Amino acid sequence: MSLTYEDVIAKYEPVLGLEVHVELNTNSKMFCGCSTVFGGEPNTQTCPVCLGMPGALPVVNEKAIESSILIGLALNCSITPFSRFSRKNYFYPDMPKNFQISQYDEPICVNGYLDVEIDTDDGVKKFRVEIERVHMEEDTGKSLHVGGATGRIHGADYSLLDYNRAGIPLVEIVTKIVPGTGRYAPEVAKAYVAQLRDILRSLGVSDVRMEQGSLRCDANVSLRLIGAEKLGTRSETKNVNSLRSVERAVRGEMIRHAELLNKGERVVQETRHFQEDTGLTRSGRSKEQAEDYRYFPEPDLVPVAPDAAWIEKLRASLPEHPSVRRNRLQEQWGVPDKEMAAMLNADALEIVEATVLLGADPTRARGWWLGEISRIANEKNVAIADLAISPKDVAEIVALVATGDLTDKLARQVVEGVINAEGSPQEVINSRGLKVVSDETALMAAIERAIAAQPETAEKIRNGHIPAAGALIGAVMKETKGQADAARVRELLLGHLGQPTN
Amino acid sequence: MSSLSRSDVANLARLARIDMSDEELDHLATEMDVILGAVARVQEVATPEIAPTSHPIPIHNVTRPDVVVASLSPQAALSGAPAQEDARFRVPQILGEEA
Ligand SMILES: [Zn+2]
Repeated sequence: MSLTYEDVIAKYEPVLGLEVHVELNTNSKMFCGCSTVFGGEPNTQTCPVCLGMPGALPVVNEKAIESSILIGLALNCSITPFSRFSRKNYFYPDMPKNFQISQYDEPICVNGYLDVEIDTDDGVKKFRVEIERVHMEEDTGKSLHVGGATGRIHGADYSLLDYNRAGIPLVEIVTKIVPGTGRYAPEVAKAYVAQLRDILRSLGVSDVRMEQGSLRCDANVSLRLIGAEKLGTRSETKNVNSLRSVERAVRGEMIRHAELLNKGERVVQETRHFQEDTGLTRSGRSKEQAEDYRYFPEPDLVPVAPDAAWIEKLRASLPEHPSVRRNRLQEQWGVPDKEMAAMLNADALEIVEATVLLGADPTRARGWWLGEISRIANEKNVAIADLAISPKDVAEIVALVATGDLTDKLARQVVEGVINAEGSPQEVINSRGLKVVSDETALMAAIERAIAAQPETAEKIRNGHIPAAGALIGAVMKETKGQADAARVRELLLGHLGQPTN
Repeated sequence: MSSLSRSDVANLARLARIDMSDEELDHLATEMDVILGAVARVQEVATPEIAPTSHPIPIHNVTRPDVVVASLSPQAALSGAPAQEDARFRVPQILGEEA
């Protein structure tokens, strides 16, 4: 018997913890000059340093340090005056050194926060997500498991390693535990990752493409009885590769934990793997025994000690913070809070802004992206950005409606055509023959035919019963296959029947 | 005063994937304890005013500019590998853990 989400939140309080790994977009690796370009032939981007050859010495990439400091500053962190690298020792062939260079007890940034806003039943509410640390490390190589049925490690006969990704600069951003989100935990998790992504993008430090793995989120979830002090056992869900999945993974884990707890069973502390198709997680590695990575200071690297001048220079280069930008756009465009939250939730701010920058009216641009286009995206189960319609197309459609060349109804057909890859708006208009009938002689003829067909209705209108006009306007619109401007038809009709037209 | 028991040494050996005989463990437990004892003497003179040394040379911020330099050819990179296949390093079956 499965629980509903309402059952879960009536009894339990979720506690979140989020770990986000970001691949920096430096040209060269973290500790060597190998290229970071994606998609190279196997093992073409390696050198003695990233292959862990004896005697090779790592040297830190200055830009990676600066990117990390920028991230810390944008997340309201303190930049530590003295930070060190450590070796995280483990046996797994994805690192040829048998350790990963990371930061352990002395990360470069600590104690920040990020505020996220969620549209709740009681209006828009702000949640503060506190950041514990931001630290630098290096990515691992890619393994290919050979043999076995599914390419998975279990049942594989052996594995093949490509070290092109080994040593790519990574920044890990770890939150403190996030209590108090209640029923909104899934939304808070999603909004946090979305906002973090926007910040990283505005800083220009990463491509932040979740589907390509340059931004990866691990979501820790635990439940405790409402009012309880003690934290429950948490699970750590990996492999969460889209914003939508962050929300689904958190909600799914909350329900799974509650089902276990209600049955009197315990939640196992383990890694879970999110599965995009089912929205469920499957069990991974147990974390019941604390792992012992035998961290110790990396003897081949000297400490990073950014002085105030360096930090202030970086602070001065910070771009407009996404939250400031959001407030600015909301004000400029005159968007109500509720609709602003909807726009953020649909991840549509960028695309609406791009449309507005191409000259579209903000309200119209928003209306198309959040209305018809979102509806089609939902139907196809994709993000609006993945549809074959661009801000330029939408700006063009908005302009055509403004000039009266398209009615809203025709414009919807144009949107549909562009999304179906029938070409640009103008091409869709041409090929589908979508044109407003603005030839007034033709319209008047259609109006007279409608009056002739429904003489009693026309008589009512002549006697001042204006609402009856709807039936005749409908008939005209039908005859012109929706290609007439309904407002103009109404004007002409009422004028013809001797009624005021406003 | 820290000291290292035989089971600590056995655990370290397990973490480092070093197979050790009982005699070796007995021997190392004693020997490592002596080494630790020697190092521990440093703690006796440590005071809060002295920051822990992380590097024998007091330098920091040694960095390199973000510039790409030529990598090894895949042939050179793989030349020392015990086994290879399709320009990749071939490693024996990895059991248990899943990344
Ligand atoms: Zn390298």
